[in-house]
Amino acid sequence: MTQYLIRRIIGAILVMWAVATLVFFMLRLVPGDPIGAMLFDTGDAAAITALRAKFGLDLPIWAQYLKWLWLVLQGDLGNSIYGSRLSVSRIVLEALPRTLSLATLSFFVALIIAVPAGIISAVRKHSKLDHAVTLVAFLGLSMPDFWVGILLIIVFAANLQWLPAIGYAPLSQGFWPWFSHLILPAIAVGTAFAAIIARMIRSAMLEVLKTDYMSVARSKGLKNWRIIMVHALPNALVPVVTVMGIAIALLMAGAVVVENVFAIKGLGRVLIEGILNRDYPVVQGAILAVSAVFVFANLFVDVLYTFIDPRIRYD
Amino acid sequence: MADIVHHSVPQETDDLPARVGKAKLWSAYLLRDKKALIGLIILCSLTLVALFAPWVTPYDPNAMDFEFLQPPSFTHPLGTDDLGRDLLSRLMYGTQISLFVGISTVTIALAAGITLGLMAGYFGGFIDTIIMRYIDLQWAFPNFIIAVYLVAVFGTGLSNVIVAVSLAFVDDFARLVRSMVLSIKQEQYVDAARTLGASHWRIMWRHILPNATAPIIVQATVSVSYAILAEAGLSFLGLGVQADTPTWGLILSDARSFFSRAWWLGVFPGLFIMITVLSINFLGDALRDMLDVREVKDAR
Repeated sequence: MTQYLIRRIIGAILVMWAVATLVFFMLRLVPGDPIGAMLFDTGDAAAITALRAKFGLDLPIWAQYLKWLWLVLQGDLGNSIYGSRLSVSRIVLEALPRTLSLATLSFFVALIIAVPAGIISAVRKHSKLDHAVTLVAFLGLSMPDFWVGILLIIVFAANLQWLPAIGYAPLSQGFWPWFSHLILPAIAVGTAFAAIIARMIRSAMLEVLKTDYMSVARSKGLKNWRIIMVHALPNALVPVVTVMGIAIALLMAGAVVVENVFAIKGLGRVLIEGILNRDYPVVQGAILAVSAVFVFANLFVDVLYTFIDPRIRYD
Repeated sequence: MADIVHHSVPQETDDLPARVGKAKLWSAYLLRDKKALIGLIILCSLTLVALFAPWVTPYDPNAMDFEFLQPPSFTHPLGTDDLGRDLLSRLMYGTQISLFVGISTVTIALAAGITLGLMAGYFGGFIDTIIMRYIDLQWAFPNFIIAVYLVAVFGTGLSNVIVAVSLAFVDDFARLVRSMVLSIKQEQYVDAARTLGASHWRIMWRHILPNATAPIIVQATVSVSYAILAEAGLSFLGLGVQADTPTWGLILSDARSFFSRAWWLGVFPGLFIMITVLSINFLGDALRDMLDVREVKDAR
């Protein structure tokens, strides 16, 4: 187990190094000059040279790379070259909890919708309710997450005015402000994942309901809900655990877009604004942060498996 | 993650009558499946709209009028936007970009993925290691994130979006084809071809690839819907086509300040995206059942 852990951590670090290197070189090999963009392409040659020297852009590219990598290892991602000139590490650290809050809440929202839906459609197989759940799941997979967000804004923020349309409040300001800002984006991000989970739980439940121990439970005269909730559901949830990796992928990709709908300044919004402003250091920092969340979340999930299902062993 | 298992006997690729028979069988199957039929009808209509947009749209998509933010009515069935442009006409033109991006990106990704997957699986060894190191790196991230990263590098604009989305989907096809090649490579008819002196090239393209088509077709169909969603997402984020081009994502993005006053600007563009993606998913589902392909990785 220790060996497996060490191997995985080294692997994760290698992936991060590969991402960092690829991003660094690709951003520099492609035409488009951030200094030009900064000066609004006025073409003042002296100002351009001075700025290039200030940001180290006059060094040869390998020297820039080594210098950059050394600073990144120390947690210094450079400064934004646009507007505020804030340190990128600070921007990323401020954005990170917002994205993680959103992704986590989306995960629970998806489960709260999907688990009952999956159970009902398995227990009432081929009923109207089952068909309705299947259809809704199909729709959920076909709706772009940002559009779900827009619909929610139109209904709950613009018309009913129950919830704020945009922005974010940290948990330190209290649960309700945090929750009320995040619930709509969380539904938007979680919809597709809920659809996948509902379909998985349905088919897993149908398998479990066919097993011998279900017949035993029934012949013992146990109540129906008890059979479903206590005997069937825990076993039907095991395959769900195995798609946690996909969950992280879906939720993070969703958060990147949906943050932009709800003007939540998380990693996704930082990344997109950086791209639009041609702000290299911010783009690099955001890509590294998003990638790190990904790689280490997946590592965490893989290790978690071994605790949830002792039958899984990595040797 | 889920790899694809395909259980059916190897196809006879040189037998023309058998092929014609198969085409008939396919169409009969698809027409019997109600969802697939609905999907096909909608997709055909959307294709016609895209091809004949200049003749079938009620208005010029860029013609401005003084009727700003008009709700749906007889003169403007889906209403007008903040510049008085007819929403229906703009959405109909948007069909062109969405379908074009969906089909072209998957074609490029398919070509690149098949080539890489065939080479990795067939030759193995060093070539396999080099190709799969990169593919595995990309596999660690969702396609949409990869597409955003690539747009960050290449810049915005339609051609860059096509390149970015294509590259983002290459790993799905490369992995799929490689895993198919690895199992097909063991078949006796491949040994037979080799004994008869067939070249590597011929074995790869004439003997191995034709027997891997079923899962590739299913994956390609599903990928078209993901590519359309990716393009819409990129356009919505301002990373897609140039401003003022009528695409579904961009129309939604432009409408952001008017949602409280003009619900139709928020509802209808998304509806177009959803219906298109839903139709493709219906079709993909039917193809999966028909071709007996068990599982396809969720590419989003």
